Amino acid sequence: MQPSKSHIAKNIAVVLALFACASASCSRPIQSNAEVREVRLPSGLSGSNEPDDGQWLMPAKNYSSNRFSSLDQITVDNARDLKVAWTFSTGINRGHEAAPLVVNNTMYIVTPYPNILYALDLTKPGAPMKWKYEPKPSSAAQGVACCDVVNRGAAFYDGKIFYNTLDDHTVAVDAQSGKEVWNTQVGDINQGESMTMAPLVVKDKVLVGNSGGEFGVRGWLTALDASSGKIAWKAYSTGPDVDCLIGSNFKPFYEADQGKDLGVTTWPPDAWKIGGGGVWGWISYDPELNLIYYGTANPGPWNPDQRPGDNKWTCGIFARNPDNGEALWFYQWSPHDLHDYDGVNEQILIDLPIAGHTRKVLVRPERNGYVYVLDRTSGEVLSATPFAYITTSKGVDLKTGRLIYNPEKSASLGKVVREICPASPGAKDWQPSAFSPKTGLLYLPHNNLCQDAESVEANYIAGTPYVGMNVKMYAGPGGNRGVFSAWDPVAAKEVWSIKEDYPVWSGALVTTANVAFYGTMDGWFKAVNAVAGEPLWQFKCGSGIIGQPITYRGPDGKQYVAILSGVGGWSGAIVAGNLDPRDGGGALGFNNAMSDLPKNTVKGGMLYVFALP
Amino acid sequence: MYSHSLKFSALQSRRVPVACILLLFGFGPLLAGCIRQGHASPRRVLRVCSDPNNLPFSNSRLEGFENRIAELIAREMNADVEYTWWAQRRGFIRNTLKSGDCDVVMGLPSDSEMALTTAPYYRSTYVFVTRKDRGLLVTSFDDPRLRKWRVGVQIVGDDLANTPPAHALTNRGIVGSVIGYTLYGDYSKENPPARIIDAVAAGDVDVGIAWGPLAGYFARHEPVQLEIAPVSPRSEGSLPFVFDISIGIRRGEGALKQELESILERKRSDIEAILDEYGIPRVKG
Repeated sequence: MQPSKSHIAKNIAVVLALFACASASCSRPIQSNAEVREVRLPSGLSGSNEPDDGQWLMPAKNYSSNRFSSLDQITVDNARDLKVAWTFSTGINRGHEAAPLVVNNTMYIVTPYPNILYALDLTKPGAPMKWKYEPKPSSAAQGVACCDVVNRGAAFYDGKIFYNTLDDHTVAVDAQSGKEVWNTQVGDINQGESMTMAPLVVKDKVLVGNSGGEFGVRGWLTALDASSGKIAWKAYSTGPDVDCLIGSNFKPFYEADQGKDLGVTTWPPDAWKIGGGGVWGWISYDPELNLIYYGTANPGPWNPDQRPGDNKWTCGIFARNPDNGEALWFYQWSPHDLHDYDGVNEQILIDLPIAGHTRKVLVRPERNGYVYVLDRTSGEVLSATPFAYITTSKGVDLKTGRLIYNPEKSASLGKVVREICPASPGAKDWQPSAFSPKTGLLYLPHNNLCQDAESVEANYIAGTPYVGMNVKMYAGPGGNRGVFSAWDPVAAKEVWSIKEDYPVWSGALVTTANVAFYGTMDGWFKAVNAVAGEPLWQFKCGSGIIGQPITYRGPDGKQYVAILSGVGGWSGAIVAGNLDPRDGGGALGFNNAMSDLPKNTVKGGMLYVFALP
Repeated sequence: MYSHSLKFSALQSRRVPVACILLLFGFGPLLAGCIRQGHASPRRVLRVCSDPNNLPFSNSRLEGFENRIAELIAREMNADVEYTWWAQRRGFIRNTLKSGDCDVVMGLPSDSEMALTTAPYYRSTYVFVTRKDRGLLVTSFDDPRLRKWRVGVQIVGDDLANTPPAHALTNRGIVGSVIGYTLYGDYSKENPPARIIDAVAAGDVDVGIAWGPLAGYFARHEPVQLEIAPVSPRSEGSLPFVFDISIGIRRGEGALKQELESILERKRSDIEAILDEYGIPRVKG
C-alpha cells in the first residue's frame, strides 16, 4: 500500500485491502511521509459550554467547526474490529443529512421532512426511544424544497434542542421531556422560503437562515433568543445597508466590498428584492473575537446576463457580531455568480503558522474549487488553492481578492458550453470537512463533477412555458465522481486522496487517534488512517450515506461512532425522489451523473452505531 | 383587483373528488351514494392533477378554463373528474403524473419531454400588455421605447432558465429598467402569477410582457382598460414566443392519448368557445 497516496477506485480494491488487513501486516506501524504537525486549537474554540468531550452538542462538534474528537479508544490498529452496536430506523425515506447529537447519555436525531426529533436512551441496552417530538410541518413545504426535503441537524444549548422545520419554524424542545418550549415562525413557504440548515447557538442566541434561492427569495440570517424564541435581529443578504445590518463598524478588506448600499447598487433596479443569497449552510463562532462567520448562497432568480453587477452580498462570507448582528467584514467568493456556486460551506477556525507568523485564520473549502485561507480578523485572503479540477476560473487575484472567471465557460441560452468544471454542486457542496489539530490536516469529502450546457429545452411552471439550457453532469477527469482527501492548509497542497465512485456527499469526522470517518452514496461507512489515507475498515449500511458521522463516549465508558444512512439530497434525488434515470436533465442535470445509483442503493433512513467488541 | 383574503395552505397535495371518489373494490355500503342507480359497475374516473390557485388555468373552485375543458372531456368519456391538487412548480409532473396520482395534466407544451402529449388544443403567444388610456401599445422587442420604459416581465427561478421574453430583453441589452415578476409569486395570494398584470394596471410598469392566457384573462378583470398585443418576432434563434399546448399523459398510455385526441377533435368548437370566454389569445398557423 502506498504510504502517502492512496487511490482506491473500486470497492473491490477496498475489499482486497481489508482482506490484507486480516493478516499481521496491518498491525505494523503506519509509515507516512505526510508531515505531522501539532496545531494548537485557539482558546475557547472547542466550545466553552462543553466540559465533556465525550458528548456531541452541535453538528460541527464545536464553535471552530473542526469535527475533531479527543476520544482515542478506536485506533488505526483496532478500527478493523468495529462492529454494529445497535441501530434505529427513522421511518423516513428521504435524504438524511443530519448529525446525531449526544448529550447527557441521550442521543437526539432530527429527520428530513416531517422533521421528527427522536430521543434515544443510551443508558439502556439497544438505546430505546425516550420520546419523539413531531412538529408536523405543512406538507406544502415539500413543494418549495429545491433539492430533497433534507435537514442538516439540531443543536443543544442550555437544556434545549433547537432545530428548523422545512416549513420555516425554529423550535426549542426540552431535552429531558421532549416538550416544546417555543416555536417561532421565521419564514414563509408561500414566498418560496424553506429551512434545511442546522442552527448554531451563541451567547443565548439561536442563529438560523433560509433556503430558496431557486424560488426568488431574499436570503437572511436571524437570531432568536434561546429562552423565549423572540427574534433579536435579522440580517438580509441583499438590499440597503440598514437591512443588511451594515454600519460604521463594517470594514471589508477589499475595495470591491466597500461603499454604501452595495446590496442595492450591484443589482439592476429592485432585483435585490428577489435576489437570493440564502443562508442554508454552516456558521462558526470565535468567542475571543466575538465574531460569527457564515456564507451566503447564490444570487437568483435571474440568469447572470440579467443581473449585471457583483450581486452583493451573495456567494460570500460575513463576519458579524452575534450580540446585535452588525457586520464587521465581508468577502465575496464568487462575485456575480455564473455557475450556481452557493457560498455556504463550512469554515473551520484555526490558528496557523503562515509566513513565520501565527495567524488567526478560517479555512474554507469552497464550491468554486478553491481552499481559501482567510485572516478571520480582517477577511484578507492569505491563499486560495485549487483542490479540484477547475475550468470555470483561472485563480484568485490576491491583490483584489477577486475570482478570475474564464469567460469561455459561462453558459447562456442557446450557447453550447462543454466541460464546465466544477459542475453546479461545486467541487464541494454542503458536506462538511473535518480538521485534526493532531495532523494539521483538513479531511475533505468532495465531488469530481463537470457539466455540459447543451440544447435548449422547453418547460412549464404555473401554466407558463419557459426555456432553459439542458444541463448534464458527469464525472470529471479520472472518471470517479467523488474524492475523500487530506489537505495541508499551510503548504496549500493535497497530502493524500481516495477516489470514490460516487460524489462523497457525507460529512467527515476525525479523532485524536488519527482515525477519519466518512460514508459513500452506495452505503459504505469507512474508517481510514488520517495520516496516510489507507483504508482501515468499512461497513455496508442499508442505504446510501449523506449524513454526518459523530463519535461519543457511552455511559459504559466506551467510544462509539454513529452515522445516519438514508440516501437522497440533491445528489441522491434520483433514488429518494424516484426520478427517471433516463431523464438526464432531472435534478437540474445531476441525474445524468447518477443514473446508476438506483442499481446500487435504495432509500430508507437508519441510524447505525458502531463500537469495538 | 382581487381579494387577497383567501389563504391557501396549499402548494399542496390534496385530493378532492368532484363527483365522488369511486373506490373500485370493497367498501360497498360507503359507496352507496356514489354509484348511480341502475349501473352495475362504477363510472369511469378521469383523474386530473391541477394547481388549486392559478387562474385562468385552474383553481380548487373549478373556475379555470382547464377545469371546464376537463369536465367537457370527462362527459364525453362518461366519466367523473377527480382532482389531485398540487401547485404547478418544479417537480409538479414528477409528484403528480409520474407518481401515478392522476392520468392527465390539462396543460403542457406540446413538445414537452416530461410526458406524452396529445395533439395541441390551442396555440398562444407571449404578449405585450399596456394601459389603453396611456396609448403605449407596443408590438416588437425592437421598439426603442422599451429601453426607456419600466418593463415588467415574467421570470423563473431555475438556473439558466427563463421565460422567452426575459431572454429576448437580455439579448438586446435591455436590463437596467426591467422588473421581474416571478411565476412562483406569493402563494398565499390568489393566482400568484397575475401580479404582473396588476402592476400594468396600477402603473407600476409601463408595459408588461406575459404569457397570453394569463394576460388575456386578467386584462378583462382589471379596473382600467388594458391592451394586449402579440410579441414579434414569433421566434428568434432557439427562442420561441409561441407555444402549442396539449394535454399531458404518462408515457406508454397510447390508448388514452388516442381517446383524448378524438374527443379534442370532436369537441373543437366547444373548446374554442371556452377559450373565447376566458379571453385566451390564440395564434393561427
